[in-house]
Amino acid sequence: MAGGHFSRGTFQWRPFHVIVGLIFLAGLIVTVLRFTGGLGTVTNLDDNNPWGLWIGFDLLCGVALAAGGYVTSAACYIFGLKRYHTAVRPAILTAFLGYALVVLALHYDVGRFWRLPYPIFVSQGTTSVLFEVGLCVFLYLTVLFLEFSPAALEWLGWKKVRALVVKLTLVLTIFGVILSTLHQSSLGALYLIAPSKLHPLWYSGYLPVYFFVSSIFAGMSMVIFESSLSHRFLHRKMDERHIRESHDVAFGFGKAASFLMISYLGIKLVGLAMDNTWQYLASSWGGWFLLELIGFVALPAFLFAVAVRDRNLKLLRFSAVLSVLGLILNRFNISLIAFNWHLPAAERYFPSWMEIVLSIFIVTLGVAAYRFACIRMPILYDHPDYS
Amino acid sequence: MQTMFHTLHAFMLHTKSITYLLVGGLLIGFLLFWFFLTGRDDEDPQA
Repeated sequence: MAGGHFSRGTFQWRPFHVIVGLIFLAGLIVTVLRFTGGLGTVTNLDDNNPWGLWIGFDLLCGVALAAGGYVTSAACYIFGLKRYHTAVRPAILTAFLGYALVVLALHYDVGRFWRLPYPIFVSQGTTSVLFEVGLCVFLYLTVLFLEFSPAALEWLGWKKVRALVVKLTLVLTIFGVILSTLHQSSLGALYLIAPSKLHPLWYSGYLPVYFFVSSIFAGMSMVIFESSLSHRFLHRKMDERHIRESHDVAFGFGKAASFLMISYLGIKLVGLAMDNTWQYLASSWGGWFLLELIGFVALPAFLFAVAVRDRNLKLLRFSAVLSVLGLILNRFNISLIAFNWHLPAAERYFPSWMEIVLSIFIVTLGVAAYRFACIRMPILYDHPDYS
Repeated sequence: MQTMFHTLHAFMLHTKSITYLLVGGLLIGFLLFWFFLTGRDDEDPQA
C-alpha cells in the first residue's frame, strides 16, 4: 500500500472505465424507459409472474450475498474472534452497498419511489411478512450505514463524530444480527404463501430456516470471493496487516462455510423426509434439484474441507465461487425456475433483455461504488491516525 | 412408487420414522465430516 492514498492524480481512462461507462449508459436508458413507459415496456412480467429477475436476483440474491456483513461483525465483536477484524470493513461495505442497491432495485419494481416510506410511516401492514421484510431492510440499511460510517469519517477527518459512532459498534452489531436473522428468514417465509405454485421439492415449511442458514455460508463465501478480488485488483490499497491476515480469514471462513453447508444439506434432506417428497427426485425436476444440492452445496462443502486441510487457497476461492453460484441458483429456483412450474411453457416467465441489462447495471454500480470506496477510504488498510 | 396414506396419523408415523432414522445418520455423518474438516488443525502450517 502506498502512503499516498489521499493523493488525487490526473484521471486516466482505462478499459474498466469504458466498460462501466457503457453499462451505465445502457442502464440509464432502461431506467428512463421503465419510469416513462411502465413495467410492461421493459419487462416480461405478467399476472402469473408478477415477480421476476429484479426480485429473484437483485433482491433475494443481493440480500443473501450481503450477509457477510453481519456474519463477519458478529464473529469479530460478539464471538470475540479478533483475527477476523481486518475482514469486517470490506464485509460491512459490501453489505451496505448490497442493501442500498437492493432498495434501489426495488424502486424499479415498485415504481412511485416517493411512496417508499408509506409502508413504514403511513400505512403499516403489520400482519404481512413483506412488511416485516421491508421494516428490517429499512432498519438494517440504517445500521449498516452507521457501521460503515467510521471508514468514511476517517477519510473525511471528522474525528469527534467518528469516536461517537465507534462507541456504538457492539450495539450496532447486535442490532445487525437480530435484524438479519429476522429478514433473511422472512424472505424465505414469503414463499410459504405459495404451496401450489412452488415445486414440492423446493417448497417446505422450513423455507425460512433454509434461507437463513444459506445466507450465512453465502455471506462467508462472498467475503472469501471479494477478498480474492481485492488481492487481485486492489492489492496496492492493502497494508501489510490486511495482506498477512487475509489468508487466515479466508481459511477460517472456509472451514465454517464447509460445516454449515453440510448442515444445510442435512436439513434439506430432513425437509424432504418430513414432506415425503422423495418420489419427485426421480423426475426431471428431481435431477435439477439434485444438481443444485449435490453440485452447488455438497461439492463446494467438500472442496472447502479439502482446501482447508491442504491450505490450498486457489481451491478455497474456487469453492467460494461455486458456493455463491449455488446460492444464486437456489434463489432462482425458488423465485423463478421452480415457481409456476406447472404452467405450460408459453406462459412461463423469462426475463427480457432489458431486465437483464438493468440487473447488470445494478451489479456494476455496486462494483464501481466498492472500488471507489476502497481506493479512497481506509477499508483495506488501517488509517495511520487511528491504527 | 408413492406410498398411499389414508390418515394423517399414518402419514406422520411414516415421515417421522424416516426422519428419525435420517437424523441419526446425519448426526454420525456430521461428526465424521467434522473430523475430516479439522483433521489437520494441529499440524503446523509452516512445517
